[in-house]
Amino acid sequence: MIHNPYAKSPNARETRLRAVSNRKGCFMTVLNVNGRSVTVETEADTPLLWVLREQLGLTGTKYGCGIAQCGSCTVHIDGAAVRSCAVPLAALNPNQKIITIEGLSNDGSHPVQKAWAALDVPQCGFCQSGMIMAAAALLAAKPQPSDADIDAAMSNICRCGTYNRVRAGIKQAAAAKA
Amino acid sequence: MLQDTVISRRSFLGTAGAGLVVGFHVAGPGEARAQDAAPPEINAWVRVLPDDRVVIRIVRSEMGQGTLTGLAQLVAEELDCDWSKVSTEQPTPGQSLARNRVWGNFSTGGSRGIRESHEYVRKGGAAARMMLVQAAADEWKVPVGECRAASSVITHVPTGRSTSYGKVADAAGRLPVPANVPLKDPKDWKIAGKPVMRLDTKDKLTGAQVYGMDLKLPGMLNAAVKDCPVFGGKVKSFDAAAIAQRSGVKKVVQVGDSAVAVVADTWWHAKTALDALPIVWDEGANATASSAAFAAVLKAGLDAPEAVVGNSSGDARAALAAAPRTVEAVYAYPHQNHATMETMNATARWTPTRCEVWTPTQNGEAALAATSEAAGLPATQCEVYKINLGGGFGRRGAVHDWVRQAVAIAKELPGTPVKLIWSREEDMQHGRYHPVTMCKLKAGLDAQGNLTALHMRISGQSILAGVFPQNVRDGRDPVVFQGLNASGPEASIGYSVPNLLVDHAMRNPTVPPGFWRGVNLNQNAIYLECFIDELAHAKGQDPLAFRLKLMDKHPKHRAVLEAATQGAGWGTPPPPGVYRGLAQTMGFGSYVAAVAEVSVSPAGELKIHRIVAATDPGHAVNPQQIAMQVEGSFVYGLSAALFGQCTLKDGRIEQSNFDAYPVMLLKQMPKVETIIVPSGGFWGGVGEPTIAVAAPAVLNAIFAATGVRIRELPLKNQSLKKA
Repeated sequence: MIHNPYAKSPNARETRLRAVSNRKGCFMTVLNVNGRSVTVETEADTPLLWVLREQLGLTGTKYGCGIAQCGSCTVHIDGAAVRSCAVPLAALNPNQKIITIEGLSNDGSHPVQKAWAALDVPQCGFCQSGMIMAAAALLAAKPQPSDADIDAAMSNICRCGTYNRVRAGIKQAAAAKA
Repeated sequence: MLQDTVISRRSFLGTAGAGLVVGFHVAGPGEARAQDAAPPEINAWVRVLPDDRVVIRIVRSEMGQGTLTGLAQLVAEELDCDWSKVSTEQPTPGQSLARNRVWGNFSTGGSRGIRESHEYVRKGGAAARMMLVQAAADEWKVPVGECRAASSVITHVPTGRSTSYGKVADAAGRLPVPANVPLKDPKDWKIAGKPVMRLDTKDKLTGAQVYGMDLKLPGMLNAAVKDCPVFGGKVKSFDAAAIAQRSGVKKVVQVGDSAVAVVADTWWHAKTALDALPIVWDEGANATASSAAFAAVLKAGLDAPEAVVGNSSGDARAALAAAPRTVEAVYAYPHQNHATMETMNATARWTPTRCEVWTPTQNGEAALAATSEAAGLPATQCEVYKINLGGGFGRRGAVHDWVRQAVAIAKELPGTPVKLIWSREEDMQHGRYHPVTMCKLKAGLDAQGNLTALHMRISGQSILAGVFPQNVRDGRDPVVFQGLNASGPEASIGYSVPNLLVDHAMRNPTVPPGFWRGVNLNQNAIYLECFIDELAHAKGQDPLAFRLKLMDKHPKHRAVLEAATQGAGWGTPPPPGVYRGLAQTMGFGSYVAAVAEVSVSPAGELKIHRIVAATDPGHAVNPQQIAMQVEGSFVYGLSAALFGQCTLKDGRIEQSNFDAYPVMLLKQMPKVETIIVPSGGFWGGVGEPTIAVAAPAVLNAIFAATGVRIRELPLKNQSLKKA
């Protein structure tokens, strides 16, 4: 049998974030997104992904599966890579710092973005917002990640097949930071 | 195609030009922005702005494969322009219609973007250069033969005076387009043939790139759709009142006879309301269909007396009957979903007199035809704006089922733009699937184990029968034999077999087929290349040596196989515990081969360590892009080999998302070394052919490692414990 990478259990943080609110009806809350406080008013169980895309107009974060499998919707919450399709609005509070691809840098100057540009990593590019956010979180936690670290952290799906350039891009960004 | 460039500037101004600036044309990354959109147009392919910026027109769709950059390189090469000032723009299918298809075919599949348009796009660039130089010569009142162009600068050689493209663009655009347009010898290329960076990367790094799913239009509503889960089933009834009070819901509409859509203010509201909508289906005659039952139909086809012959030489049946030794095996390949990262989507706005669609499509012209048909309006009253694709892989080319749905929904809300997005579940269960086939191979060997006869009987699904039935004549789908054709320029078999018979018993299930990146080359290369491996082992000969003996009359196939095996060090010892397998094939105009290095643990866990792949595409327009396509081909091909399987039960596809339809991840990805060996003289595609060698190279390496011969995919269903 081939090892099934999907069998592994989510970490505790993800489990907590996946807990779906049962509260119904509209729900007003304040979120801190890309350094700005924004007021959001929609159903409490609306996934952060769709709050970002449809309430805040931040469409750089992509819908790919809706079940936290593909990673296209990866954002940072307090620095950790989180799959926003599985985070209901009700699970968030105003103190949590949410960063999307649009907020990673002002001008594409984050080391991961620069390495991606230098290596022409994207093909269709649809998964790349999530890839870049996952890579940036990895490098923030482990500035010099090993191949095993990269294997473990980068579980985002890319169908065009950019994986080898993603790995090279992470190493290049790590080298630039060192 | 030269007449394509003989179009006056005025006809462009009068018709097509406006479309680039009005409405909601979404400029893609690297594209000219709307404010740049005014002419001057030099000819249909090139605009040059007064500040020397060059805008190149591209109608093939960019879906990650790099064709946008490659085609721009070809135009820019002949234009002799400054590459750093190049951007691109996409004429619409409506503009093409109004200009008598001046840009040729929009279809972007079959790896044809560059290989089928290289000549006319280069002539477009060359003609524009000639006009610019002529305009400068006219201004200086000197013979044009005394002027030279390089990097957007025109120089009068005798006097040394110079001007730039931007300064003479307006005058050049008024000149007649030349009739005789010579092209450069590729050996003189300075921009084409070079690993220049893609033109469309920047916005993909910041979230700024707008995909179809990201489109926003004023007053736009959002729709989610659910088609009958059983193929061929219909809507019996639904209870719209049950969800009418839900937040944001605007309308519940039946779409055709088989689907229901909810239109709401946001997609999340539409999707969740649709999930709550009670729908009763008439599942129809296919309600009990299953992959298991269809497997019996495929098996019966392996021995059916009736079959269509695809390739034949000598008398294979007689030679097999007379052979002192025969080897026989049956292989099988399952249904698979394209699983583009961006699910199907389209935005449509319909009025009684006009219909517009914004959608990611591999074929803008086909999308326009689908729009026109669904809208009930002539194509001249419709328009399609192509939006960047989050993957295509063949799903977004031939059949525009999602476009028809979007238009049908928009017709219920005249004047309101409606964005339809398929959920991943809808996308997974209403795909146009990789065809399902089985193949029985029977070989005759002489006393020394040499191959004397081969019969390949393919039993199974025809893509053409499902997609373009008008192209199936007398029960014959010629595409079925991809990679197994007689010698020739396309998809030819790489071996000389004295007595050969390749035939097809068509058996079509209820699952709709589609062109799936690599198409029929995928399974045919597995069937042939794994079986050839079996024959080599039956003879007790090295698989490379066994093949080379059959390849004397196939020098291009042979050359890439030799390039791959030399690159991999075939014949030298691999690292301890690592085993090699190889495969070669030809399709989409190119010759490809690969060597895989794998290890299999005692528990049967596979690790793919390294791939060495060689490609001969004739001319290599951008080596870096080719390398990326080769790397990506292994992800696509190995995802299919390791995991790819859609199964039918109770008439419906069982898998609905990536949890049940896993694909390869970064941690499973081997190193890929790409060897490009362009032999010149022809133009082959690179987006697809390499996919076909990914699986057989790995399967043959698995056999070398374990003695286990895998004949049925995907591998996740198989035990790899040593035999």
